[in-house]
Amino acid sequence: MQRSKNDVWVGLFVLIGLAAVLFLALKSANLLQFSWHKDYTVTAKFDNIGGLKKGAAVKSAGVVVGRVDNIQFDDNSYQAKVSLALESRYAFPKDSSLKILTSGLLGEQYVGIVACADEKNLAAGDNIGSTQSAVVLENLISQFLYSKASDAATPAAGTK
Amino acid sequence: MLSGACLKRFGLVRDQVHFLGNYSLAIITVSGLFVGFVLGLQGYYTLQRYGASDALGLLVALSLVRELGPVVGALLFAGRAGASITAEIGLMRAGEQLTALEMMAVDPKLRILAPRLWGGIIALPLLTAVFSAVGILGGYAVGVLLIGVDAGAFWSQMQSGVDVFKDVGNGMIKSVVFGIAVTFIALLQGYVAQPTPEGVASATTRSVVISSLSVLGLDFILTVMMFSI
Repeated sequence: MQRSKNDVWVGLFVLIGLAAVLFLALKSANLLQFSWHKDYTVTAKFDNIGGLKKGAAVKSAGVVVGRVDNIQFDDNSYQAKVSLALESRYAFPKDSSLKILTSGLLGEQYVGIVACADEKNLAAGDNIGSTQSAVVLENLISQFLYSKASDAATPAAGTK
Repeated sequence: MLSGACLKRFGLVRDQVHFLGNYSLAIITVSGLFVGFVLGLQGYYTLQRYGASDALGLLVALSLVRELGPVVGALLFAGRAGASITAEIGLMRAGEQLTALEMMAVDPKLRILAPRLWGGIIALPLLTAVFSAVGILGGYAVGVLLIGVDAGAFWSQMQSGVDVFKDVGNGMIKSVVFGIAVTFIALLQGYVAQPTPEGVASATTRSVVISSLSVLGLDFILTVMMFSI
């Protein structure tokens, strides 16, 4: 009798533990966001990828359509070579363009893909030619400062 | 001792899971809840200075899943279950029950120690998962229900920041390692205890002290190996 009672309680304990593991995996972590779809890989070259990381999202119209698969430095063109794994169920025209965007003001960076009008679709191994680099805050500030400085210099030169 | 031989007599292991796991569930749940409450309050206090209180869920979940769940769970387990294992084995040694088993050609390592070791290895990861899950719910209760952080941001920031394998999986690996370490130290201290009342008392103390320190040391080593490379 004692033994079968123990059985029930141990079973209950193990169930509670497994439920907690499931809760952690599903509710607090991103198991549901893993895509089990097949995907195809395309590459693109960026002048500057900013803080883009492996595993970052590829979004089109705000919807996640793929992940950044790999990031390498290409020492022929001195550019970053990014390979993107796009889900097979989404097709994009060959002349689509890529941008590196930031979610929120200081959030994570992701790749935005904007579809164009070509009739052929991207296939595995294709290279996307039209890319736009990440916005680097320091460059923006220095551009702003330079333009301020040249603004300040021009009227002074005019009065001379 | 770790061989599967004792798993054939699963009843022994199951009784130990009952003794080590079920009876520790209350202290683990209550501690997890309060650790979650405090994380919610303190995390909010720091994050709202930077206007980042939406990231409260991420902060609570990451600290619980990666560090606090395994470590605090193992420390509580060392105090609650490890001490009782040491005292039990030590008294068996003092009462010459282990010698009596040997006289009957029963291997006490297989009959007494191995089921307890397996019980600890099975029970602690489950307890750790319960601790982290209850802690996250505690953080939710304080952050969202009490303070008023947005519930959608709380969960979505958490889900986008916590990785199943890197964070949850590594936390579980940590708790398995801690389960082995704590139970093994408790068993060893009981097994080699001086067969006197003082000997059992000091063995119990040593068991808790050594296993707590080794949990903290192992945690540092595991964190370095898992998260910094």
